[in-house]
Amino acid sequence: MEIRPILSAILRNKTGAILLAIQIALTLAVVVNAMFIVQQRLKFIGRPTGIDIENIIVISSQGFGSSYDHEQTVFSDLELLRAIPGVKYAAHISRFPLSGGGSRSGFTSTTDSDAESVGANYYFAQNGTIDALGVKLAAGRDFLPTEILTGEQIDNGVVASSVLITKALAEKLFPDGNALGNLVYGGTGDSSRVVGIIEKMHGAWVSWDGLNQVLIFPGLRKDSGQRYLVRTEPGQRDRLIPEVESVLEKASVSRYLDRMEPMSEMVGRSYDNDRVVANGLIIVIVLLVSITGLGIVGLASFLVRQRTKQVGTRRALGAQKYHIVRYFLVENWLITTMGVVVGTVMAFGLNYWTATEFSLPKLDPVFVPVGILGIWVLGVLAAAGPAKRASNISPAIATRTV
Amino acid sequence: MFFYNLRLAWISIKQNVSLNLLMVCAIGLGIGVSMSMITLYAMMSGNPIPEKSDQLFAVRIDNWDPDEAYTDYQGRETQPFQHSYKDAMVLRSSTIPLRKAAMYKGYFVVEPANDTVAPYGQVVRMTDRDFFAMFNVPFIYGGVWSESANDLGERVVVIAKETNDKLFGGEDSVGRQIKMGEHQYTVTGVIDTWNPLPMFYDLNNKAFGDAELLFMPFAIISHSEFDRAGNTNGWKAERINSHEEFLNSENIWIQFWAELPDAFTQDAFKDWLDSYVLEQKKLGRFPRPLNNALDNVTQWLEVNHVVPDDNRVMLALSFMFLAVCLFNTIGMLLARFMGKVSVVGLRRALGASKFSIFYMHLVEVALVGLGGGLFGLLLSYLGLFMLRESVEGIEKLATMNLPLVLMAIALAIFASVLAGIYPAWRICQISPAHSLKTQ
Repeated sequence: MEIRPILSAILRNKTGAILLAIQIALTLAVVVNAMFIVQQRLKFIGRPTGIDIENIIVISSQGFGSSYDHEQTVFSDLELLRAIPGVKYAAHISRFPLSGGGSRSGFTSTTDSDAESVGANYYFAQNGTIDALGVKLAAGRDFLPTEILTGEQIDNGVVASSVLITKALAEKLFPDGNALGNLVYGGTGDSSRVVGIIEKMHGAWVSWDGLNQVLIFPGLRKDSGQRYLVRTEPGQRDRLIPEVESVLEKASVSRYLDRMEPMSEMVGRSYDNDRVVANGLIIVIVLLVSITGLGIVGLASFLVRQRTKQVGTRRALGAQKYHIVRYFLVENWLITTMGVVVGTVMAFGLNYWTATEFSLPKLDPVFVPVGILGIWVLGVLAAAGPAKRASNISPAIATRTV
Repeated sequence: MFFYNLRLAWISIKQNVSLNLLMVCAIGLGIGVSMSMITLYAMMSGNPIPEKSDQLFAVRIDNWDPDEAYTDYQGRETQPFQHSYKDAMVLRSSTIPLRKAAMYKGYFVVEPANDTVAPYGQVVRMTDRDFFAMFNVPFIYGGVWSESANDLGERVVVIAKETNDKLFGGEDSVGRQIKMGEHQYTVTGVIDTWNPLPMFYDLNNKAFGDAELLFMPFAIISHSEFDRAGNTNGWKAERINSHEEFLNSENIWIQFWAELPDAFTQDAFKDWLDSYVLEQKKLGRFPRPLNNALDNVTQWLEVNHVVPDDNRVMLALSFMFLAVCLFNTIGMLLARFMGKVSVVGLRRALGASKFSIFYMHLVEVALVGLGGGLFGLLLSYLGLFMLRESVEGIEKLATMNLPLVLMAIALAIFASVLAGIYPAWRICQISPAHSLKTQ
């Protein structure tokens, strides 16, 4: 291999090579970090929720006026909704999971006031709500109709006899694994018995690290705003939205509907920022790789054009076509590798900055070799054309003056 | 000389259209990506009330859990962002600030008298009468409610222009009534469109949302129960089964602002806050160390991390992207100018100075940069359009104003001239003899 003469050729005409190496270094640094962030965000957005998000319609009904009766409205609304063909389940819940709105409080498994409490996102719901969410019970049972507290009872401080908790919360509260049938205590010392454990269910706030810690009380709070979950047969959701809307609009109740949309859209909004960051960075990666690819093509073509006569001479002196191709590919590889070496340092530097300044996670080092490999492949592909052209230079050119 | 060079530049660009178009594309892409990010960043980091942002203070006192500091939504320790009703009532009584206002969000259903408008839910800013003068809110009709209405919590309302248009067809509606829930509220004033960006006075839920369209006295909650919007946080286990118990609880849900026009009142108010907390400590409240905070508007925006870290990182990455585009352009310029060696040699031989060659080429580069800037503007409009389409509520942020448009073009020209310095310097080193040799 003719590494030494190639190196000295590069050194004799440094500027172009240095410019390209800087571009490649910057590209590697940005692409590696961007790929890492994209991967993090997509993983974050794609976390399993435990909820049948794709087949649920979420509805908010806002009552008003002195004649409005929240309990009566909820019962008759749910009856109307359940009668619609294609609707599998319809149920009420105090707030929507994954909406960014909800309540949370600290809970313990003992009466000991020094015990560290575990934060959980809590809801009020009825029997059947877990079916409408599509969450699965890992153990125990759903609420019984007799356990559901009325709005009056909740206002008067009556404590729920039973409660459903997620497995994630159960593991925190009862590390020994005996959650089912045991008591969960709220801050004021009130306790409720765990009757069922939900395999998995996301709560309200996507960026809270306790997203999986959810607790459901049986009850229907006295509230002018009511929220319904309508779970449809698979694939029926979009078709049913107008029908669901017209059924509720026809009911003669003094209220208006202020939300009627697929749950997936509501959840999508909770992840808006992460999705935009991921999409934006994907665009940046694609553009950056294209621009750098063009830069490699540009420099390689320039070098080939500049050395037409030398190539002709080499060919005349017996070099094969593949010698010429190899020469230009190796030269290009040396330049990209210089860029890649600097770029690796820059990639870690950039990540160090984002990690210390902005509490972004530390770079997964696996992205660095992936990025390097990608840049090498890009380099070979981009230089292949000009190298091929060089190999086609006729040996006869050596005899002419160019 | 400049126009002569401009004409020469145009001729030169036409000689190698494809390479120049590539340069325009490279600069344009760099500008398009970075200007999209700069626009978002600039809109997010704007000062919503520049005329008095250093005189308006968000007031915080640390009434939180003795065992655990208050943390914001990203887990950073800080003073609680809101106040309990008990403390807010005391803060409202201080005579030190020039103006002051406590506030929270209520939620009411408006039932228009006009049958053509269906009832609708509305978030209402429940606040004190100083709110309007303190934040320079412009009135079209009428004005704010009276002192006594403020103290007693009378059922009066100030409405925004949008609400006035919707409910009263844009007429002077002062004295008219609006039904909300079981009560009638009398309009005392109509304000003009007012949308501070960011909505600095309450950053608990959304920094870049719209300001409320209805404003009512803070004190209504002292005698009535109604739905509230916004956040309520608590740390103490308290049994709350009635409205009175809620008002007496340590739950925090009220924001408080004070206008403190000079250092003297600022110090005085700070001392007053400290003495209040110390006095309360004797009564067993405020178990945490003394830790009060007065933040002016700019500080308050920082405390609340109004510009998300994501945007700062994206901004940095977009500048690196621009840098790659510029290095790419330098390479292309070198190649382009090499093709002009013989012409430049001839000019030098005919007496052109190095400087005039240098200048001539920078003008050419600047012209390419202008093209890149225009193309970049187009791309950033496209980028911002895509942002507006994909994110709800970003309309006001993903919009370029005139200064940003001018900045895009200036940045493009500046960046390309920067990129052109080295190639132009190289070309002006050509010796006059060069042109006389080869051909």
